[in-house]
Amino acid sequence: MDARRNWQDLPDAEGRFGPYGGRFVAETLMPLVLDLERAYRAAQADPAFAATMADFWTHYVGRPSPLYFAERLTEHFGGAKIYFKRDELNHTGAHKINNCLGQVLLAQRMGKTRIIAETGAGQHGVATATVCARFGLPCVVFMGATDIERQKPNVFRMKLLGAEVRPVTSGAATLKDAMNEALRDWVTNVSETFYCIGTAAGPHPYPEMVRDFQSVIGREAREQVLEREGRLPDAVMACIGGGSNAIGLFHPFIADEGVKLIGVEAAGRGIDERFEHSAAISGGRPGVLHGNRTYLLQNADGQILEGHSISAGLDYPGVGPEHAYLADIGRAHYLSATDDEALAAFQLCARLEGILPALEPSHALARLGDVARDIGKGGLIIMNLCGRGDKDVFTVAEALGAKL
Amino acid sequence: MTARLDQKFAALRRNGRAALVAYIMASDPDDETCFNILRGLPAAGADVIELGFPFTDPMADGPSIQKAALRALKAGGSLQKTLDLARRFRETNADTPLILMGYANPIESMGYESFARAMHAAGADGAIVVDLPPEEDAPLRAAFAQHDLSIIRLATPTTDDNRLTKVLDGASGFLYYVSVAGVTGAQAAAATAVRAAVQRLKRATDLPVAVGFGVREPEAARAIATTADAVVVGSAFVDEINPEDAKGSTDRVLRKVRLLSEAVRSARALEGTPA
Repeated sequence: MDARRNWQDLPDAEGRFGPYGGRFVAETLMPLVLDLERAYRAAQADPAFAATMADFWTHYVGRPSPLYFAERLTEHFGGAKIYFKRDELNHTGAHKINNCLGQVLLAQRMGKTRIIAETGAGQHGVATATVCARFGLPCVVFMGATDIERQKPNVFRMKLLGAEVRPVTSGAATLKDAMNEALRDWVTNVSETFYCIGTAAGPHPYPEMVRDFQSVIGREAREQVLEREGRLPDAVMACIGGGSNAIGLFHPFIADEGVKLIGVEAAGRGIDERFEHSAAISGGRPGVLHGNRTYLLQNADGQILEGHSISAGLDYPGVGPEHAYLADIGRAHYLSATDDEALAAFQLCARLEGILPALEPSHALARLGDVARDIGKGGLIIMNLCGRGDKDVFTVAEALGAKL
Repeated sequence: MTARLDQKFAALRRNGRAALVAYIMASDPDDETCFNILRGLPAAGADVIELGFPFTDPMADGPSIQKAALRALKAGGSLQKTLDLARRFRETNADTPLILMGYANPIESMGYESFARAMHAAGADGAIVVDLPPEEDAPLRAAFAQHDLSIIRLATPTTDDNRLTKVLDGASGFLYYVSVAGVTGAQAAAATAVRAAVQRLKRATDLPVAVGFGVREPEAARAIATTADAVVVGSAFVDEINPEDAKGSTDRVLRKVRLLSEAVRSARALEGTPA
């Protein structure tokens, strides 16, 4: 339990969250990640950096996002009172822009002239392309060819924003392969390029930095719920792919021992030995990939497995290292929801609340009823509705057998 | 064991020539073809063998070695199979150093201590683990120290003098200079830039300096062999492998090794200035 006392000080100087995290990168990239860390520390200490962020959050992104009482879902489940943190109302339709704004402002401070990013669902790609357009920086987005096929609207959106979308055909041509390709680009273009990682994973300082930028979600939610309800919630919930929206919601509540932190992973077609899921914590084991040690989907030889989820944004075989640590020490709890459960939750939310959620938070929605009933009437839950579902209408239509 | 590497480089120094370090991927395109290539490498002119162990996500490798890894995995390749191939090679050859090269996760999965023990038993001499920089390789270092195995570290064009001290601390066998910022098999570095870099590294260490990444043709190998202690070639060899034609693959790889070896061996004679 000693480790729990200082969890707010994590990661340590080596970028570790307990045994997780670190900087597992090729030597060529080591000076770059060390340089990035120095630049990030300088930005953290500079009030002007925070002020610029705040200004853009208010006037460009549209923060604070509302805390919305989901009255009809609350009635439907018959348990704890449910609030949605409405990060799907952000400019570009998801929480991703919180982080992109921070990283691109940092890139500018560092004098970098070219931004690269990886994307799965395309939300991080769109957010990066958006911020790059705003600041006049060239942007290259690596995206798996499979994902390009299932996320066409976002691909076109990125192109409209002036980004170059580079299809990645290696492996299963999804998010992990896009990340490999982005790392290969970075190792080749070391001096002018800034790699804008979309989730709270990768080599230190990315997990910490992305968490810090996304923590605006939890800080706002905490303030808003105290104002609305005069007390802290019993639980906060979010979906987990890499886990950036979840860690952003969780982190400002970590020291509040009475607040349960609940993450929901993608169980795909079920968590079993077929590995047709993307639930790294529930169905994986620790290993090293993409610069950090964390839970991974892998075989007995340490080869990474592709996994599966109906949601491109959750279709990643790893998870951010801080989640791995929070799971081990028992501070956060990780549940899962299958493709079918997420689809059902997507439709339920649409009909009862008039909100089309993205398939990613639909996984959290799918466990919301269980958690609400478990906590019971008089209880209070905040769920992060981290993205809107417009991008998913084609996928949902296909899954439901509807012709558009 | 470290002695085999030290003895090899000492002998080469006496002969006044650079080494050819030949990289191939274990189990590519299958175990038996790979073993035939391995067995033929010393006679073809490979002074040191770098045996890659396959990984699904080779982030620092270009298309050639990515494809080699996928072929190997498809053929059932693994870290264990790699160790088996190393052991079989060592039964046929007592003094050609053999080092393993790959990524951390298969080793994490096996366990650092088990890996070191298995390497020692197989007669392997050291390892390069691409995504274990000095900050992260303490468990590997501890395990290797107990079994007399070398940790071969990488220096790159982005490695400044401060960083170099860190890279050299705990390094043994030789120092691997990644001559271009980029992935394996991409563009070769300019000879003058390599010369300057090798001279800088040699001021900082007594370890032999090997130069690799992007060396595909005899001319490039020859240029590097005039200044460096070793030239590493990989992508050019694995590109000769065709899974449809095992026998032909073996012949083509070994022919290419002979070609590169001749270039490396003749480099300083042509230059007329033993380094």
